Amino acid sequence: MRQDTKMPANASGFAEPAAMPAGDVGFAAGVSIRGLGHRYGGLQTIERLDLELPPHGVLGIVGPSGCGKSTLLELVAGLQEPAAGEIALGSALTSAERLARCAFMPQRDMLLPWLAAIDNAALALRNRGLGRGAARRQAGELFERFGLAGFEPARPAELSGGMRQRVAFLRTLVAGKPVLALDEPFAALDAITRAEMQEWLAGALRADPRTVVLVTHDVEEALYLCDRVAVLSARPARLVEELFVPTPRAADRDRAVTEPQFVAVRERALLALHRGSQ
Amino acid sequence: MKRWLLPTLLLTALIGAWQVAASTDALADLLGLAPFLVPSPAEIAEALWESRSLLAENAWVTLQEMLLGLACALVAGVGFAVAMRLSEALRLAFYPLLVASQAVPILVIAPILVVWLGFGIWPKAAIVALVCFFPIAVSVLAGLRSVDPEATKMMRTLDASRRQILWRVEAPTAVPHFFTGLRLAVAIAPIAAVFGEWVGADSGLGHQILQDNAQLATARLFAAAIVLAALAIALVGLTALAERRVVTWR
Repeated sequence: MRQDTKMPANASGFAEPAAMPAGDVGFAAGVSIRGLGHRYGGLQTIERLDLELPPHGVLGIVGPSGCGKSTLLELVAGLQEPAAGEIALGSALTSAERLARCAFMPQRDMLLPWLAAIDNAALALRNRGLGRGAARRQAGELFERFGLAGFEPARPAELSGGMRQRVAFLRTLVAGKPVLALDEPFAALDAITRAEMQEWLAGALRADPRTVVLVTHDVEEALYLCDRVAVLSARPARLVEELFVPTPRAADRDRAVTEPQFVAVRERALLALHRGSQ
Repeated sequence: MKRWLLPTLLLTALIGAWQVAASTDALADLLGLAPFLVPSPAEIAEALWESRSLLAENAWVTLQEMLLGLACALVAGVGFAVAMRLSEALRLAFYPLLVASQAVPILVIAPILVVWLGFGIWPKAAIVALVCFFPIAVSVLAGLRSVDPEATKMMRTLDASRRQILWRVEAPTAVPHFFTGLRLAVAIAPIAAVFGEWVGADSGLGHQILQDNAQLATARLFAAAIVLAALAIALVGLTALAERRVVTWR
């Protein structure tokens, strides 16, 4: 267990993350949300939510803006403790345990501008005490595998929006956690780059399967990338409908999203979204 | 080049006007002073050249006081800022004291410092440190606090400890703020050092200014002031240079 007992009492009241073996995931974990409720101030934001996701499953969460999607993701990631109910990532129940099993990719890429792309991607390894050279080597393998070779020394400011998101995703992947929490990862990109990135992410997840919870406001994105999509209502967030996607993460996105089956599911999702936002 | 052109032109014009006004005694008449009290730029330049070894000796003394004081202010300012960032209780407890320390007139503290620390370099360095501590501490604290909460969340899910978040995210975020504070501190350090010398010293530019003032050696008085200004400009320039070398991501 890596426990830093000499840490001073801190302003933000962080829980120290529990230990996690460095390197590979080693195990897969599902996500199970039972009777989840959450409040923000006096406001009920999430109410009686139940969701199950098997290991290596990809769950999409869509809902009207401000419905608490991002809060749900932070709860899953262990950044917050829920007011009611429980969230388990495999056997991890407390927020500290969840934090150790889940890597979080925020909406904006949050790449550190003073670090090279490779060092940004290797952050989790460095945090676990790996030396710079070893961390770079380990992250470098993923750069090769995911089409980022040659961009290792680039500073984030030198990268395009799509490239930055790729590095940010690799940073999440390199953390070697069984569960990934992605918060609208492609929201800031233009439509063409977004479609490219969805295809890229689908490929990355085929090559390196993880349990993923993906929050997005883009129904098509959710249905293309996820096995199942939970449509949430306006605040307080409740489950309106859970949709199962027939063939997720197809290699050819353009074809996949125009197939009649896909169009039918999208129609249902949009209807559910409508129902939920009233 | 263009950046230097306008200030240089303006400065030349001002010095030229001053030279004409002083050498024709027009300036002295205007100010109602005896002509020998109003040196012309040429006379100041002459004093600068003739007293060059004296000025250099005294400038070295003052520079040492400034550097020692700045070094103390740097260590204490950054240390306080980090401590106040790590502990909300410390921040709430110390921030008002920090502000109060700036409100206390140096005039009140300086004689005590001389009695306590003697006539050497230390009381002057202490005054410089006291004055320069505040801008550094305040700007570094503001920088540490300006970190994006999303970045902190991201780091927490990447297994970062509080100390690692401080070192890998908050500290680099605060570096440009630190340099802003340092520049302010460096710019006021000469005034603080000179003031420290006025309370009790046997060398230094402030000491020399007092003596020249008493002896009505106004040309050399102005020469000392010019040397002091040059020191300040050189230090601010060095700070800007260091900032450009360190902050390469902006």
